[in-house]
Amino acid sequence: MDPRTGELVDRLRELPSVEDVLAGASEMFVYESDGLTLTRGRAAAVAFPSTTRAVCEIVRACNEFGVPFVPRGAGTGLSGGATPVDGCVVIECARMDQVLSIDAVNRTATVQPGLVNAHLTDAVSGLGLHYAPDPSSQTACTIGGNVAENSGGPHTLKYGTTSPHVLSLEVVLPDASVVQLGRRDAHAVGYDLRGVFVGSEGTLGIVTAATVRLMPDPETVCTLLASFPSLVSACEAVSTIIAAGIVASALELLDDKTIDAVEASVFAAGYPRNARAVLLVELDGTDAAVQAERARVRTVCQSHGAIEVRVARDEQEREAFWRGRKGAFGAMGRRAPDLYVHDAVVPRTRLPEVVEAITRAAEERNLRIANVFHAGDGNLHPNLSFDRRDADELARIVDMGEEILRICIEAGGVLSGEHGIGLEKRDYMHMLYTDEDLEPMRWVHEAFDPADACNPGKVIPQPRACTESNPRHRGYEKVTF
Amino acid sequence: MAEPLATLLEYEKTLDCVHCGLCLPHCPTYQETGRESSSPRGRIYAMRGVAEGRIELDAAVVDEMYLCLACRACESACPAGVQYGRLVESMRAEIDERGARSRASRFFQRLVLRRVVASHIVLRLVALALRLYQRSGLQRLLRASNLLLVAPRLRDAEQLLPPVPPAWRAPGVTPAEGVLRGRVGFFAGCLMPEFFGPVNRATLRVLARNGFEVHAPRGQGCCGALHAHAGDARAAERLHARNVAAFGADDLDAVVVNSAGCGASLRDPGDALSARVRDVSEFLHAAGLRPPRGAVPLRVAYDDACHLLHGQRVSAAPRELLRMIPGLQLVDLPGTQDCCGAAGIYNLTQPDMSARLLRRKVDAIRRTTPQVVVTGNPGCLLQLSRGVRDAGLDVEVLHPVELLERSYAVGESD
Ligand SMILES: Cc1cc2nc3c(=O)[nH]c(=O)nc-3n(C[C@H](O)[C@H](O)[C@H](O)COP(=O)(O)OP(=O)(O)OC[C@H]3O[C@@H](n4cnc5c(N)ncnc54)[C@H](O)[C@@H]3O)c2cc1C
Ligand code: SF4
Ligand code: SF4
Repeated sequence: MDPRTGELVDRLRELPSVEDVLAGASEMFVYESDGLTLTRGRAAAVAFPSTTRAVCEIVRACNEFGVPFVPRGAGTGLSGGATPVDGCVVIECARMDQVLSIDAVNRTATVQPGLVNAHLTDAVSGLGLHYAPDPSSQTACTIGGNVAENSGGPHTLKYGTTSPHVLSLEVVLPDASVVQLGRRDAHAVGYDLRGVFVGSEGTLGIVTAATVRLMPDPETVCTLLASFPSLVSACEAVSTIIAAGIVASALELLDDKTIDAVEASVFAAGYPRNARAVLLVELDGTDAAVQAERARVRTVCQSHGAIEVRVARDEQEREAFWRGRKGAFGAMGRRAPDLYVHDAVVPRTRLPEVVEAITRAAEERNLRIANVFHAGDGNLHPNLSFDRRDADELARIVDMGEEILRICIEAGGVLSGEHGIGLEKRDYMHMLYTDEDLEPMRWVHEAFDPADACNPGKVIPQPRACTESNPRHRGYEKVTF
Repeated sequence: MAEPLATLLEYEKTLDCVHCGLCLPHCPTYQETGRESSSPRGRIYAMRGVAEGRIELDAAVVDEMYLCLACRACESACPAGVQYGRLVESMRAEIDERGARSRASRFFQRLVLRRVVASHIVLRLVALALRLYQRSGLQRLLRASNLLLVAPRLRDAEQLLPPVPPAWRAPGVTPAEGVLRGRVGFFAGCLMPEFFGPVNRATLRVLARNGFEVHAPRGQGCCGALHAHAGDARAAERLHARNVAAFGADDLDAVVVNSAGCGASLRDPGDALSARVRDVSEFLHAAGLRPPRGAVPLRVAYDDACHLLHGQRVSAAPRELLRMIPGLQLVDLPGTQDCCGAAGIYNLTQPDMSARLLRRKVDAIRRTTPQVVVTGNPGCLLQLSRGVRDAGLDVEVLHPVELLERSYAVGESD
């Protein structure tokens, strides 16, 4: 450790508001990645605040030493957003995990950023309320991480991503000042800086409190499981359901390889193993409406050749269906040491051909792939299994990631549905935006973080000329074993 | 491709982890510290890093491996099926192999585990000494004198102990009552006869009342769980072999265990004995409990023992048995899936973290206001008793079979 770093660590340890600081070599090692093990970095220290004041003091100390800082929640991010920049201080928000207040009348809650998403719903379920954004990682990921990534989930189809559920944010800016963005009572005027901050991937400052909307629990929830002989017929069923004006709260697809992996895991959900695709349809609302739509969904699925359409018998089976879906990523871990969960969006109607092209590309590269989709949104997650110890396979994986984006963009899609850009896709931003398009993003970044101290190097690429002159200037450049 | 160093660590198993992080909030030591290094994912990553030579086996890594409770809550949460329990045991063995832990603490632990826990005679002597100590007034004297303050570890161990009941040894054969439904073996445990005579007695009574003839073969002994958790695989294997021999000859429907830790450990090797092991609640539930008739009008909270819930995936059976007791009101204990901090000898080796976890548990008990807390593991019974006693709560801590037996007994006298 260089002496300046040592001094900074000492300073952090002296801060009375900071509860814990780690700086040991083996400790920094375990922080080298988030949920994406393709990108890695070595932090100088990890500091654990539990109050807004502590966050300010850490940021101030970092600024004084000219050391960058990287906010982190649970480290479940899948685009390298929380990957440390070498020599940085990681500001770990896990201990800022309190529900600060609940307003049952206005249906809002104000929480600290380290609160686990599912714990918020646990805290308000007694009031007949819930927090709607439900990433598959919701039992682990934090509200701060969700805000930073503008995370979605299966129920995004009906209820939207994180952004519409965030009313206001308390933020420590990169200069250590504290500001409130938006208003708790939803009557904000002027520029919507709350909206700018949501999805900024930790590059504009650190969320220290968030006031979010709570939703009343629906009268009835009904989950159907339909299995299909082909992915194409399942995708067509999805399009017909939407075209028929049925407002499902979730439309999730799993392909056969995913079904196998889930059924072999602790989250085995009773998905039929002979099917080539499983579609989960969730309906919510009043009893009468759900009853009626359930019948229509069944008819649509059958008309597209469904092998079987099953309604969850009870709450237990319903939960099992979902646990299987939400555990799907991890369950894929059984297939190889590493997993690359990709994320892209295409117009829904083009899902079948896109999946076919992606599958072919994977076969050409001799890679194992399995797919899950938020089908209603056209959001696909190809899961690529690999072993990072195999340098050749690693290179094929990186190449494959790029190919998936090319296929999706050609089909009229975008780079990411919900996992963010981070390091993983930073240099692919050029596939979607011109330098002119990117310039306003740079201005916003500079306005918030002129010293480029807060999670530097993420999201916004260097101008095209710089990346083209150095093709290895990518988030992946450090991936060697 | 980097070759891993040859280790006792089951390196290949570390590769099952895909770094998704879903286990984090389920890990008690992560809940307390928020440290990645104190999380399952972090620990597995460190194990892998050591094996691949990317980091040193430094003091921080060693400490984390022992701060881990081996409660296996992470296994219940892990979609990739990571066998964490096996991993941490093999990593501890590796640490000892490399001499990375201070010789003094290793020596102390081995001595206690190999010479005391594994030896019936020594255990009996220790228990006898404790009984004498408590009855003779020496305990009151020592506690009053504050002498124990000078030796904190000793003090902790001392305070953990409830009054030690008289020893009780299971008879070789207990006849069934009523229509004979089968013959089962009974695994008596090593600590149970000395410290939990009433639990063993209740277990045999309940099995007999349910029509099972119970065999408690001589020659059985400690299950070796504590040794395995501590990384002493050799001692654990030796002990398991003894039990295989003791229960092997008999043609028994099942081998019934009333200690969650022992049950999980006996099941681990996956051999013929493992296949027949059943927790007492699981066994009775599957067999169909003869309905207990006596009213036990108490407010009862069931606390999941880690090695039942996470180690053996048994959680519904004990609750359903308890619900069959007339008058009994079963309430949910928040955080029931989290470790109470007992974790074998953890409360002696990691007193600080153990106390923090116990505090959470006691807070939950205070809020839930049960009259009885039940749990299916001796270590947890000790830990929870201590917790409620120290907090001044008027709560009884019992094994589920004790409540079943109470109901049967009341039903008889009515
Ligand atoms: C199994 C699995 C399933 C997933 N499913 C989904 C899904 O369905 N939908 C979805 O959208 N995502 C999903 N993800 C991705 C991931 O869970 C989300 O991106 C999540 O929001 C990350 O939260 P986190 O707390 O883990 O944040 P981290 O990974 O720790 O950080 C993510 C980003 O947020 C920033 N950040 C963290 N805390 C703060 C803060 N307080 N202030 C400012 N910035 C902060 C970090 O710098 C980083 O850029 C999944 C991931 C996994 C492993
Ligand atoms: S849940 Fe399993 S796969 Fe995911 S990080 Fe934890 S141990 Fe690894
Ligand atoms: S065994 Fe328990 S303490 Fe150890 S890592 Fe798993 S959950 Fe955490």
